[in-house]
Amino acid sequence: MTEDVVVQAHGRSAGSTSRALKLIDCDIHPSLRSNEDLAPYLSRRWKNHLDTFGFRQVTPFSGSGRYPKATPALARRDAWPDSGGPPGSDLAFLRKQLLDLYRVDYGILSVIFPAGMSQFNIEFGEAVCRALNDWQLEHWTQPEPRLKAGILVQGEAPDLAVREIERLAGKPDYVYVAMTTHNIEPLGRRRYWPIYEAAEHYGLPIGLHVSGYNRYAVTGAGFPAYYFDETHTIAHAQAAVAASFVAEGVFDKFPKLKIASMEGGYTWVPFLGWRMDEQWARLREEVPHLQRRPSEYLHDHFWFSTQPVEDPPDPKYLAEIFEWIGWDRIMFSTDYPHWNMDDPNYALKLPMTAEQRRQVQCLNAAELFGLV
Amino acid sequence: MPSYPFATIDEIPDGGRKLIRVRGREIVIFRVGDKYHAMLNRCPHQGAALCAGRISGFMRSDRPGEFTLEREGEVIVCPWHGWHFDILNGQSWCDPDSILAKSYPVVVEPGSQMVKGPFIVEKFDVAVRPGTGLLDYQVEDQPIEIEPGKDYLVLVL
Repeated sequence: MTEDVVVQAHGRSAGSTSRALKLIDCDIHPSLRSNEDLAPYLSRRWKNHLDTFGFRQVTPFSGSGRYPKATPALARRDAWPDSGGPPGSDLAFLRKQLLDLYRVDYGILSVIFPAGMSQFNIEFGEAVCRALNDWQLEHWTQPEPRLKAGILVQGEAPDLAVREIERLAGKPDYVYVAMTTHNIEPLGRRRYWPIYEAAEHYGLPIGLHVSGYNRYAVTGAGFPAYYFDETHTIAHAQAAVAASFVAEGVFDKFPKLKIASMEGGYTWVPFLGWRMDEQWARLREEVPHLQRRPSEYLHDHFWFSTQPVEDPPDPKYLAEIFEWIGWDRIMFSTDYPHWNMDDPNYALKLPMTAEQRRQVQCLNAAELFGLV
Repeated sequence: MPSYPFATIDEIPDGGRKLIRVRGREIVIFRVGDKYHAMLNRCPHQGAALCAGRISGFMRSDRPGEFTLEREGEVIVCPWHGWHFDILNGQSWCDPDSILAKSYPVVVEPGSQMVKGPFIVEKFDVAVRPGTGLLDYQVEDQPIEIEPGKDYLVLVL
């Protein structure tokens, strides 16, 4: 199979790319140097709020996660820039350690802290999202055209989220709509649908990087004790989010909606599809709105970022799992500058054809995010 | 085997480390007590610079509720994914059967028995960045001239 055939199989004519893409990194975490970075993008009312009350999430440790992370700032120990800010806060250093070093054609930004959608104060959360969106544009995507941002939205108030999508959709700097994944209700619920309607209307995928805090444990089994637990149970939670989208009929209502699942794992995808298919055959009376087998919705509407690569003892098993998920649905990511980052030169040890490698390393992401 | 003097014995404090480049290879030297150990500055997992890791020990436990930190100061923890390596021989703790960090012998030789030089070694200063506990390193060329009255650390490749 030639490269041209693969490209055409993705609905893109072989001549439409102006250059040959090689590597797209679907998960890069930029960081504020400090809260002061947000000040120029907040109204005086919300600046005062931030100064007085700070970020307040549904978690006992303000300004921190529930679990102590493996390293300071969750980062590679060599990712602290000379300019003095935290890892991911210095564009020149990020170019040097990531974009230039690995010759990344495009990097997809994912801001996971502060999480506007997790703020107690709904309207402050919206203001944080707006400010972060403007900050991403001015500090990252405008000075560095290889970087693309997500439109962060206050998804717990869909009317506010839609307003923000309408404000920014159409700017080439933003290539998806970003929401947290641990929310008041699972994301398939009807209260979130106006967001999906807007995203579908503007042709923007919904990006779901595992993130956010709600009032519940990260698992349905109760509160785990360790960060070691958390790093895996976020994948279970992501599977529950995916199941919710399917079960609630989101894709029957919005058939062109696309979801990018980021850092939420993927070896669970075959399990979830098979198990849902089995139950759907028996329980169709309960969910008559589902027009198709659940696994078909999973395949047609979800894309998955690779990091952390879920390595089985024999890498060839992962190739089988990719086959079951679909080679057209896997997208490479590093998670820079976080401590468990995947190096593009070493992370994908599974056997792949040249075509499959190119799909995973750039074509699938180019297609999903509309990058050429 | 070719050998490369790179420092006098008092240049690395106990628990300290030094990064040098020899024949294009970055090599990190650790001092543990009065012994010196050299390791390729490259994690065999995904290639991170081992010199920027923290030094620790092996935390072992035979049963829940009991644990001991063994061999403190003899383990380098990779700055990326936290892979642990035995400084003394490069043995991996995470995957001991198939992963080994490349290590090299370091010997101490008296200057009186050595060729005078000068030998050029690229030295790196490795320092803890104040307030963060994070390690930082910088490179500088440094000629070494052998003096008869001193003892030298010699890397054997």
